Amino acid sequence: MKKVCLKELFEIFITFFKIGAFTLGGGYAMLPLIENEVVEKKKWATQEEIIDIFAIVQSVPGVVAVNTSIFIGYKRAKLKGGITAVLGVVLPSFLIILAIYQLLFSLSNNIYAIKAFGGVRAGVTALILVTAIKLIKTTIKDVISAVIAIISFVLILFFDNDIFIILAGVTLGIVRHLVSNIKVLRKEQKS
Amino acid sequence: MIYWLLFWTFFKIGAVSFGGGYAMIPLIQEQLEALGWMNAEEFANILAVSEMTPGPLATNTATYVGAKTAGVLGSMAATIGVTFPSLIIITLVARFFIQFKENRMVNSILQTIRPVTIGLISSAVVFISQTSLLKSEIQLPGFFDVLKGNISGIINSIQPNFAGIAIFIIILVAIAKYKLHPIFAIMFSALLGIASYLVFGV
Repeated sequence: MKKVCLKELFEIFITFFKIGAFTLGGGYAMLPLIENEVVEKKKWATQEEIIDIFAIVQSVPGVVAVNTSIFIGYKRAKLKGGITAVLGVVLPSFLIILAIYQLLFSLSNNIYAIKAFGGVRAGVTALILVTAIKLIKTTIKDVISAVIAIISFVLILFFDNDIFIILAGVTLGIVRHLVSNIKVLRKEQKS
Repeated sequence: MIYWLLFWTFFKIGAVSFGGGYAMIPLIQEQLEALGWMNAEEFANILAVSEMTPGPLATNTATYVGAKTAGVLGSMAATIGVTFPSLIIITLVARFFIQFKENRMVNSILQTIRPVTIGLISSAVVFISQTSLLKSEIQLPGFFDVLKGNISGIINSIQPNFAGIAIFIIILVAIAKYKLHPIFAIMFSALLGIASYLVFGV
């Protein structure tokens, strides 16, 4: 177990500060940033781990962006890492809202702000699409996973209930585990 | 004490909200209106502003309400309050996860929910493109309407947003082909949004 030094905490802080400052347009908008900063640059987690973390944090209470940051921070440097990550990810929006809270509502009527945000939303759509394709390439390796992914995709489009679908996935995972156990037992009995 | 009340109110909001974003809107609204901290109009405004500033809706609302009711210390109390449950819950979950990662059952569960999450992320692309590439959300028909082939409602409700589509394509090429960093992609798309308004008026 290596000791957590201040420099490492500082790195965690800066990374999540950047992610917090540019996560516009919902929790999924942070995925491309996490993929770039945490997976590719820092190598703090693999793509598969990020997908696991994303599934886990959506099935427990709390804000997805906050939960994801704490999880990665904790994985890197235990409780200190988790606290550092949440401070980093929340600080940009905290400072912005605090600085302009009296003028905040004029922002939603400002035409330039509206147009800039419209552009950001289109850009974020492209970013999430590219990230989704990357994740599909690393995660979908056999026919069964492809089928599960397509079924979940369709179900979410129509029923829009993330937790329910993740829980259904967990149940299916347990069933698959039990089935493979039974197969192993039968083989042992035969031999 | 106002700081404690802010902390505790947002702690409760953070502790019971699932799924982030829009799932928690009614909950936040109910709590804040009951305390007289925010009225319906302010709430509609914070929703609009939250979409245009970085950060999740829940933390933005906490910071705003805290600042309004009790200044800088108030916004600190409220923001710490809304993130505190996550800190407790995720610390426990992460410890458990790291400990049992090698467990066979945990492994088969993860192998199954990975493609489920991929489905979720892909559906996010569809949901967000409704507000970025189209002028209004598609009226999704019921699941059984589709089975019956009754989809004329969808086709009629599609109204393309050409500025959005153009920006989408430019950014897509920039990141897929020229490996533009996500942060610069976001800045660039904001500029393109303003430019398309100034040049083409859309």
